[in-house]
Amino acid sequence: MLQAWRQRLTLADVLVWVIGLSIGTIVVVGSAATLSLGKYTWLNWLDLAIKGLALGGVYALIALGYTLVYGILRMINFAHSEVFMSGPFTAVFLANALARSGFLDQYPIPSLLMISALSMAVSTTVAVLLERIAYRPLRNAPRLVPLITAIGASFFLQYTFRGLYGSGVQAYPSIALLEGAWMLGEVRIFKTQVVVILSAVLLMLALYTIVQRTKIGKAMRAVSEDKEVAALMGIDVDRVIVFTFALGGASAGLAGILYALLFPVVNFFMGFIPGLKAFTAAVLGGIGNVPGAMLGGMVLGLIESIGPNLFLDGLGIPNPNQLKDMIAFTFLVFILIFRPTGILGERLATAKA
Amino acid sequence: MLLSLVGMVVAFNQRAIVYKAITMGQVLLLAPLALAGYIAARRMADRFPQSPGLILLAGGGAGLIGGAVIAALLIIGHVINLRAVFINASPALYQVLMFGREYPLGVGLPVLAGLVVSELSAGVFLLPPRPRSAIIQAAMWVVLIGLLRDLLVTVINLWGPIATWIRWLFAQSGLSPVGAVVVFGIASGLSLWRSSRPAQAWLNRFPAQQRWIRWGVLALSGVILLALPWVLGSFFSEILDNVGLYILMGLGLNIVVGFAGLLDLGYVAFYAIGAYSMGVLTSPELGFFNLSYWQALPIALAIAVLSGVLLGLPVLKMRGDYLAIVTLGFGEIIRLLVLSDWLRPYLGGSHGIQLIARPRIGPLELATQQQLYYVILVSCLIAGVISWRLKDSRLGRAWMAVREDQDVAQALGVNPVTTKLLAFATGALFSGLSGTIFAAKLGSTIPGDFGFLVSINVLALIIIGGMGSIPGVVVGALALVGLPGLLREFAEFRLLVYGAVLMAMMLMRPEGLWPEARRQLELHEEAAMPVEEPLPASPVPIPAFSSTVRDGGES
Repeated sequence: MLQAWRQRLTLADVLVWVIGLSIGTIVVVGSAATLSLGKYTWLNWLDLAIKGLALGGVYALIALGYTLVYGILRMINFAHSEVFMSGPFTAVFLANALARSGFLDQYPIPSLLMISALSMAVSTTVAVLLERIAYRPLRNAPRLVPLITAIGASFFLQYTFRGLYGSGVQAYPSIALLEGAWMLGEVRIFKTQVVVILSAVLLMLALYTIVQRTKIGKAMRAVSEDKEVAALMGIDVDRVIVFTFALGGASAGLAGILYALLFPVVNFFMGFIPGLKAFTAAVLGGIGNVPGAMLGGMVLGLIESIGPNLFLDGLGIPNPNQLKDMIAFTFLVFILIFRPTGILGERLATAKA
Repeated sequence: MLLSLVGMVVAFNQRAIVYKAITMGQVLLLAPLALAGYIAARRMADRFPQSPGLILLAGGGAGLIGGAVIAALLIIGHVINLRAVFINASPALYQVLMFGREYPLGVGLPVLAGLVVSELSAGVFLLPPRPRSAIIQAAMWVVLIGLLRDLLVTVINLWGPIATWIRWLFAQSGLSPVGAVVVFGIASGLSLWRSSRPAQAWLNRFPAQQRWIRWGVLALSGVILLALPWVLGSFFSEILDNVGLYILMGLGLNIVVGFAGLLDLGYVAFYAIGAYSMGVLTSPELGFFNLSYWQALPIALAIAVLSGVLLGLPVLKMRGDYLAIVTLGFGEIIRLLVLSDWLRPYLGGSHGIQLIARPRIGPLELATQQQLYYVILVSCLIAGVISWRLKDSRLGRAWMAVREDQDVAQALGVNPVTTKLLAFATGALFSGLSGTIFAAKLGSTIPGDFGFLVSINVLALIIIGGMGSIPGVVVGALALVGLPGLLREFAEFRLLVYGAVLMAMMLMRPEGLWPEARRQLELHEEAAMPVEEPLPASPVPIPAFSSTVRDGGES
């Protein structure tokens, strides 16, 4: 046993482990140092955790789009971040028009629903068009080809929307109903964060039910197992794929509105960073795996929000929040070193080449 | 159905693009219509090859739809103010769309223009292939030369007496009408002549007279390369320098992605590492080392190679998609680190590093664009020779084997660990070198120069050129870095065009402009299959076969 181990162990493996362990050591030492400083109370941590959960919910919703498409087509839809951007960037005009007419203040909930519906509709349309024009002709091409197409589509969409709506920043109007915070004893919870977490969780449950319980969800899972056999069983593969893109697009559209509730400015470039994070989240949880994407999103949101203060502050690094994206990516590398297929593992029926 | 989609995409494009010069705007407006007509005609011809009437009808229909979409936009724009949402839906745009006429009459014009243009292009489609390609090529030349008018005139003016002979071709802006006709004539004539039989025969004689011609061509291109910056002036030299730096990076990434098949989306990291190492080692502003450029160069390159290996290690076991995201993350990590306050005392934070040393040869400091051109040229030549020699070496074949199928390669005795690490290291070396020259060229580095876009730029250029192909890198860099450099007014739309070109390239010509022979075989399997391929003696599996297996496993 030990003999076999020693034979399989190469210098590269050892070095990789050393890298992984040193990341781990920095985290442990940093956290210990921060905690021993006693600079933050448990209320601060709870605050950060709730913030992280809200952000994580948004990431999880976007990550679902990556994961669903990956599960079925085995391709990374790199342009998904633009699907996410297109919704809120369009809906901001409706929101502002509603705010100007006073409708938003009078009937906040119907207006929010209208804005979300528009955002979801736009994102879904973009996702479906993307599939139809850019990806469908490449269904059987070598792997790298659709990935590069997706990168091209991402840029094309970004700058098309820039051309359409301008390069400036648009701000969402503030909604009186969602301002302020509730106090639970000592704990302060912002209303927007509650709304974001609740809607994200609700939508995730809905999506999970669709995938697991409905007929079309069953078809999706069948196509993901084996396209040809699914087609032989009478499943319209194209329709299932379009549905998958639509589902991913709709959840990205809603995620966009939730994101806009947290950070109320939108521009044509807003998709890049959340898209990247969501993709990271999908990979973290195990790409192709629906619960994995949800878990990955939440974990990533938490790490990103708590991490800088917990890991780096104790080491005497100034402005640790500048490095929060770095922590997210380092965490990804760390996880992938020890679990190459993500936390929950890939849920793919066929072994890939 | 697809036709209307094409038409819609066309309309979309129209709105996104602001017109600076009317003529260019009209070209942009009409070209997609012509293309739509051409595509429609070809589709129709696939189905009913014998009926030119139907083909013309389809072409006209496509143009009509495209024109109608524009007309609809005009009507909507007239009724409600679209500008609140679409900021480019300005009166100036409507002016262009209506060809400068008033509202009710002008709406009809795009429809008419769409019909005429697409009918014409469908007509061109019906011509026999030789005149058809001649006309298309000539039209492209006219557009290209018209576009580059200002620059060409500047260059021609440098040439003294010859200038007066050529000047009359150009008008105040763009080509003069006579000039356009002349250019069209010359270009179509040349194209016709080249495809004619005697010319083909004449041209075919040349490769047969091997050696002295090859040396002659080599010497001539050498002289041209050496003389280029002085013939073209400093503006062009700057562009040439940038092209050179990207060629250098492209050659590196070509090894990583093209040869070894490791999709690296964070390639800019090594560029940044090269530039920053050079900065830290030479800048008196930070005052750590104060080395000269040549002293610092080997150290900077060593740092770049080391970081290439360090990045390579954790991603060794990851497959394509995971690799892409991790490398992307690595690129971002480097950018965030140099931007952070934490490392500000060492790397300058957002302010960057100033006063970076320039290369010196004896007493001469190479500071101007023209002088640095030679440093870049030499580096590119060295990198080019290295890649060219590596390509068919034992290592190069191992890279390709790993790219095609890692398991099979491993079974045949290729060590994937060292193979991949060497690919990362070589790629990092070239990119780091490019970074050091970039730092020396500007004399400063700031974090903003090392965004994700640089990685995408480099990736795009090797894809456009043809993955794995060394001349392709040069072609790609000229097309993606050189052309946008020349067309400054397009800077705003460069990325839009990039995206579209990347997509179009993958959909229509995935092997690139100057493809590598083996990859071309791979991507055109069905065409390559019937040809009996001799078994290569190398451990590389037959490409057509291996990719069928892979595709079968994936789908």
